[in-house]
Amino acid sequence: MHEISLVESLVALVEDTSRREHFSRVRGVCLHVGALGHVEPEALRFCFDAVTLGTIVEGALLTIVTIPATGTCATCERLVPLDDRFAPCPLCGAGTVRMIAGDELRLAELEVE
Amino acid sequence: MCAVCGCGTAAIAGKPDDANMHDHHHPHAGGVDDQAIDFGKNPAGVDVSGLSQARTIRIERDIMAKNAGFAAANRARLHGLDMFALNFVSSPGSGKTSLLVRAIDDLKQRWPIAVIEGDQQTSHDAERIRATGAPAVQINTGKGCHLDAHMVGHALDHLKLVPESLLFIENVGNLVCPAAFDLGEAHKVVVLSVTEGEDKPLKYPDMFAAADLMLLTKSDLLPHLEFDVEACLAAALRINPRIEILTVSTRTGTGLPAFYAWIEARAGHKRIAR
Repeated sequence: MHEISLVESLVALVEDTSRREHFSRVRGVCLHVGALGHVEPEALRFCFDAVTLGTIVEGALLTIVTIPATGTCATCERLVPLDDRFAPCPLCGAGTVRMIAGDELRLAELEVE
Repeated sequence: MCAVCGCGTAAIAGKPDDANMHDHHHPHAGGVDDQAIDFGKNPAGVDVSGLSQARTIRIERDIMAKNAGFAAANRARLHGLDMFALNFVSSPGSGKTSLLVRAIDDLKQRWPIAVIEGDQQTSHDAERIRATGAPAVQINTGKGCHLDAHMVGHALDHLKLVPESLLFIENVGNLVCPAAFDLGEAHKVVVLSVTEGEDKPLKYPDMFAAADLMLLTKSDLLPHLEFDVEACLAAALRINPRIEILTVSTRTGTGLPAFYAWIEARAGHKRIAR
């Protein structure tokens, strides 16, 4: 369940930001999570409330935006959508696809006061 | 215990909690001490309640950036000493520790070797490693399912680091989470035993995608099993066309010289390049 340590990293990142941006409360957290990344959004939601309890993030509304996976095919060199990280190119069927988006775990925005 | 950086969620076995996790090289937030953290104190140090106005801040930062920073520091530290670090990852029971014990016995005349052991509980594995004469530090991750770069940085503090040596990091037995955490190693080595399913690379693709070398272990048991080696290798190569694969038996030693040659080629290369 590495989502717990990911939320701990998120809290640390928000606390670093709070010292720089001078806020004391977080109302909303917007995360960008890649569709084929290492993170399970449901697991992230499941531990978010528990891990943020007692921190500056406690009570914040969590929004998760799923970033669709795309990649470039090594053979036909086209940009293709990806449903499976390790599938062959859906257009030419031949090449291996190098993923260029869909692996993200990014803190995009904070709503603070 | 420090809830800001996560210290204390992992413990280094045999050391008192406060002594082991708190000789930091990075600053901690104000208002934090070893006993209590008061998050009610606001970090700006001023009370603005009732007067604040909500605003939106764009951050656009990778949540793994913190781990990536610690990993980069570990890598720089290892590189500076010309140490060659391998991060061994696998399911529990694949034979990682037995493999390392054998490898240390076979290689200790050639290289000084240190080991970092990751497990949820106990220091059994570190004790097995120390019996070979190699120094070993045990990290207990508690509820954690993987080692992260911060824990490994602390473990490095507790090892006497020898220039031009090998560092073996045995990750927590888990074929999922350790894939996402760079520890500062030169390569991830995924260990899969023939007593597991040959389709494991397809079931747990992230780990096989992250690794540069796969060791298929316990090959001496193949005559007693219905394990399709070719299907397993094909599955691994489908996930990661660049992965190198060696079939080995820790018990009989079959295939191990090829593994040692793999290490020699990579660890030796750095010194020639200097």
